[in-house]
Amino acid sequence: MTAYRVYSKEEWTSAVKALESHYQVFVPVKDGDFHLFGLLSEGKRPDFDFQNTHLSPKSIVYPQSERMFEYSLDGEDPDAHMLKEAPKDFSPRAIVGIRPCDALAFQRVRVNFDTPRYRDPWWVSRFESTTFVGLGCNAPEATCFCTSVGGGPFSEAGLDVLLYDLGDRFLAKGLTSKGDGLLKKALGGMEAGGTLVRQAESLALKVTEAMPAVVPVDGLKDKSVLELFEAPFWEDVAFGCINCGTCTYLCPTCWCFDIQDEVLGKSGDRIRNWDSCMFPLFTLHGSGHNPRGGKVARVRQRFMHKLKYYLDKYNEGVQCSGCGRCVRSCPANIDIRQVAELMNSL
Amino acid sequence: MTLDNPYLPYPVRIEQIVTETEDGNLKTFRLVFLNPEHEEKFRYMPGQFAELSIAGKGEIPIGIASSPTERGFLSFTVNRVGVVTAHLHNMKEGDVMGVRGPLGNCYPWDEMEAKNVVIIGGGFAFTTLRSSLVYLLDPQNRSRFKDVIVVYGARSPGMLLYRDELWQWEKRDDLQMHVTVDATDDPDWKHHTGFVPTIVKKVVSSSDSSVALVCGPPVMIRNTQPVLEDLGFPPERVFLSLEMRMKCGIGMCGRCNIGDQYVCKDGPVFSLAQLKEMPPEY
Repeated sequence: MTAYRVYSKEEWTSAVKALESHYQVFVPVKDGDFHLFGLLSEGKRPDFDFQNTHLSPKSIVYPQSERMFEYSLDGEDPDAHMLKEAPKDFSPRAIVGIRPCDALAFQRVRVNFDTPRYRDPWWVSRFESTTFVGLGCNAPEATCFCTSVGGGPFSEAGLDVLLYDLGDRFLAKGLTSKGDGLLKKALGGMEAGGTLVRQAESLALKVTEAMPAVVPVDGLKDKSVLELFEAPFWEDVAFGCINCGTCTYLCPTCWCFDIQDEVLGKSGDRIRNWDSCMFPLFTLHGSGHNPRGGKVARVRQRFMHKLKYYLDKYNEGVQCSGCGRCVRSCPANIDIRQVAELMNSL
Repeated sequence: MTLDNPYLPYPVRIEQIVTETEDGNLKTFRLVFLNPEHEEKFRYMPGQFAELSIAGKGEIPIGIASSPTERGFLSFTVNRVGVVTAHLHNMKEGDVMGVRGPLGNCYPWDEMEAKNVVIIGGGFAFTTLRSSLVYLLDPQNRSRFKDVIVVYGARSPGMLLYRDELWQWEKRDDLQMHVTVDATDDPDWKHHTGFVPTIVKKVVSSSDSSVALVCGPPVMIRNTQPVLEDLGFPPERVFLSLEMRMKCGIGMCGRCNIGDQYVCKDGPVFSLAQLKEMPPEY
């Protein structure tokens, strides 16, 4: 039996506050002209009146920069040159107000870090310690296309709780035992059903049907990878690209990283940082050879990875959640929706 | 919750360093695990690689040059090209570093059983082929394979790896060893002269029931392919080991892909048939 609870908006704000004794609570907060996810414990005021955050919440599970190991380089130290895992915090955390596209993105990324052969211990531990409390989208933006890639403004994929914004109150739907557990700790509100649930369902239907963009990806699976790779349009697609990497930085499904050592005095850290396939160094060999030395090859790699290689490898949709951040922020107006159309109709 | 950490190197001690080539740029490092338990965990087959880790400098992916039939150590032949390799070349016997692996796939050992094995190598890419050859020639294994033919070339006699072993192998009658150099002015040179593909054409007579393992610089790989095709090797029985810039070595960091295949995890060994289906981006 699905559990619903209804909270007035004031009640919800205090309910979120009450979660703090059980979780590190991340909420959308206003930051200048944009919204970002911030930690409630840092005195941030939650603001659920937003379209989507400027940066995706991927860094909550997968920090932009994180210490993997630490070591001593002091010859006097018997453990010198031996790597030890850096201290980590995997205590329970909750992302409250994550949009369904961003929750779907974590699902799409999971297959990379949690595989039958290897598990990335940090990504997996942080992911598993996170409870995802989604907020359905009443007003998707013109750049949103989640419904084209397997999501939706009220999609429940990857969520533990889904919130419906019903104007003066939130209806919370528990989707998993993790989510029901969180709702028990979200003090206040009351059980709901009947009329409110029907109101929420009809809102979801109305908004979903009105989604602005339809991006065709249905034909990609059957296309030949070599024909797509050799397609004539890549020069045109890449023409305006300045290889700034903004698209990969903002993308909730981009997961590439670099590993670097940093030394200060007689101790050091091995660190991993987000990296980007837009940068020539990403693939530069020691010999000087570079399989993706030119920007056309790099732009092609980004789109082929998202829309073809990923699909072929995992058969779980494309590596895109339709959030539209790359479309909104690309300084050269490169639009993944148009590229998907080109690829799909080749 | 504890998870096995695939990023954590095993600590090892450098037991021996041998300078292989006359230019001093290639050295073989023999490494011994500090903890015998780790040696047990590090079960590998010829063709696999490992990340060599130096605290403060970083990691490099290097093919394993020792064979699993050689117990008690691992060896890696390293070319001095960048920050990590330059530092490694300056390290001393007794120094402590790390090894992470074994990584990637290996040569197709099951498929090679009861077949002739043709090993074709060029320059400093002979490392995992050396591992394969030692493995093949091990008394426990030799009878599982038919003829073993090796063609190995380098620019000059002084640039050949593992020279002492090469001359030992030449004397044996359970393999055909063909060593070649691009050119030499040494009047006493009594081996082949000429590029690897030319020698392959000369000494490999038939592809019947044969598997070819090829590892070398791009120009050698490019020019060897048509020779093997002419000899009648189907692309399913030609195996190449590829190189890529790598970081994680476990198919997660995203940089070593060719199409939907990660060279670090799905490779580094691919059949020519597989490569023909993949984008030519390597």
